[in-house]
Amino acid sequence: MGVVRDMMKPFELFQPTELDGALDLLSRHGSDAWILSGGMDTFDWLKDRAKQPSVVVDLGGVSELKGIEGTEDGIRIGAMASLTEVATHPEITSRYPLLAESAEKVATPQIRQQGTLGGNLCQDTRCWYYRSGWPCYRAGGNICYANTPTALNREHCVFEANRCVAVSPSDTAPALIALDARMTIRSRRSERTVEAEDFFLGPATDITRMTVLRPGELLTEIHVPQRWAGQSYYFEKVADRKAWDFALANVAATFQRQNGRIQDARICVGAVAAKPLRLRNVEAALRGQSVDNSLLEQVGELAVRNARPLRQNEYKVSLTRNLVKRAIRDART
Amino acid sequence: MKILEVVNAGRTVSRRSFIKGVIAAGATASATSYLFRGPASAFAAPPAHGAVERLMSLNVNGQQRRVDVLPHETLAMTLRYKLGLPGTKLGCDRAECGACTVLLDGTVHYACSILTHQVRGREVLTIEGLEAPDGTLHPVQEAVVDEAGFQCAFCAPGFIMAMVGMLNQNPNPTREEAARALSGNLCRCGDYNKILNSAMRAVEYTQQRV
Ligand SMILES: Cc1cc2nc3c(=O)[nH]c(=O)nc-3n(C[C@H](O)[C@H](O)[C@H](O)COP(=O)(O)OP(=O)(O)OC[C@H]3O[C@@H](n4cnc5c(N)ncnc54)[C@H](O)[C@@H]3O)c2cc1C
Ligand code: FES
Ligand code: FES
Repeated sequence: MGVVRDMMKPFELFQPTELDGALDLLSRHGSDAWILSGGMDTFDWLKDRAKQPSVVVDLGGVSELKGIEGTEDGIRIGAMASLTEVATHPEITSRYPLLAESAEKVATPQIRQQGTLGGNLCQDTRCWYYRSGWPCYRAGGNICYANTPTALNREHCVFEANRCVAVSPSDTAPALIALDARMTIRSRRSERTVEAEDFFLGPATDITRMTVLRPGELLTEIHVPQRWAGQSYYFEKVADRKAWDFALANVAATFQRQNGRIQDARICVGAVAAKPLRLRNVEAALRGQSVDNSLLEQVGELAVRNARPLRQNEYKVSLTRNLVKRAIRDART
Repeated sequence: MKILEVVNAGRTVSRRSFIKGVIAAGATASATSYLFRGPASAFAAPPAHGAVERLMSLNVNGQQRRVDVLPHETLAMTLRYKLGLPGTKLGCDRAECGACTVLLDGTVHYACSILTHQVRGREVLTIEGLEAPDGTLHPVQEAVVDEAGFQCAFCAPGFIMAMVGMLNQNPNPTREEAARALSGNLCRCGDYNKILNSAMRAVEYTQQRV
């Protein structure tokens, strides 16, 4: 509110060249420090002055955070790998085309060139009331401006609202959850690994954070296990334009099939809740089944059973239902 | 006072290893509405008491340019208001239009959405650097001229740089692929068909020159 546009507020800029240096800086500056990867989420916040960090730590020089390599059990992707690298790396396009496609669907060539996978996963929600600096729940206040009788909430959530109705904006997050990826998180003192699914937080757990990261912590790498490499998969993103726009809804799914039956499946939808939602009830209903219309109808209904649309986003319910059905029907190998 | 902290931090050996690059301390220029006060106003303002402005070397259009860069300065600002290269346009300043597209090490980036300090050591190519020293136009520029590719042409420098970037990645794109490669640029005049004609002619001219 009353923000100065375009010119960022001055900050101290640090450009560490080693991971330890970056972690040291983050621990020293705590919540005053802002992590800068590609900046495609960051600069909006800083130009709008809705966030005014006094210290910015640019990870661009930290080589430990870069690179994509095959490992014994899958693939390791450094948090600073660009979305273009993720979309085009031969190990990813051949073994995990689901992930490559999700990265390819992000924004524009320029944004994919500069935006990183880590930044894409850690980015904040795009609710414009919140991003304009309105003092909403997520910003520490006690109202949601997106859920009032006159609010513009066509893009907001239909699942798991809890005071806040913002959605997770990432296209790559559902793909990584479907592939059962693991995130490595480091701080100066500790290292932990969390499953992709548990990396993201809904407002019922913490209304001011989108991920489990605490001040001082960095997402350092993403590990995608061998388990789902080369299995049949489906990714679809629905947005207003073919380029640039955030998803109105997206779906990522992987299936293991045998003798015409689904042995196992993982399905995740994005942009319909504050975190990417893994549809465990749908996965369970699919196990051991062969796909026919009645199964599709049944799991389509299951997928949206708990939907609670807002005034302007009823369409997201049928969109989600159809995306889930389509994922199961049209999965590719 | 902030600045002192940083300088002190830089003095201890363990810090030095990682604070190698910039420790450009915040020069608090009064920066409100630079757009309306004419070029360079924000940068001409005296730095806050004791602030350190860091000189850096930028490789722009094949030349090493020494320039004073604020920590929070974007590449578009440095190019336009400090290096005298206003061919890089600012449309939205929000990664939402592509007018500011430049090449960094041959690939497309929005100059409005990257700090100048982030491009240290990389090759920056702007629209001004496309023509040969003897004035020969780049094949993409020639194609645009021959196809009369733009109307008002505000979007042209961004599109032209995006076309050059596209040809670096894919020297022989289909029209579909060209449309996808140029999808990070908007034209307010809606001249997309002619822009794509230019892109396809640029493909042709580039192949003829090789
Ligand atoms: C016009 C526009 C359109 C877009 N469209 C899409 C789209 O269609 N789909 C989509 O998914 N995204 C979209 N985005 C978002 C963009 O893809 C992401 O913002 C980008 O991937 C973020 O990566 P980055 O490296 O640029 O992030 P940054 O801005 O550098 O970082 C994003 C956030 O994550 C934090 N962070 C970054 N790296 C780490 C790390 N390693 N550890 C901990 N925290 C970290 C930062 O502090 C910051 O808060 C769009 C953005 C713009 C500007
Ligand atoms: S000015 Fe940079 S994208 Fe519009
Ligand atoms: S020709 Fe006018 S904006 Fe593109």
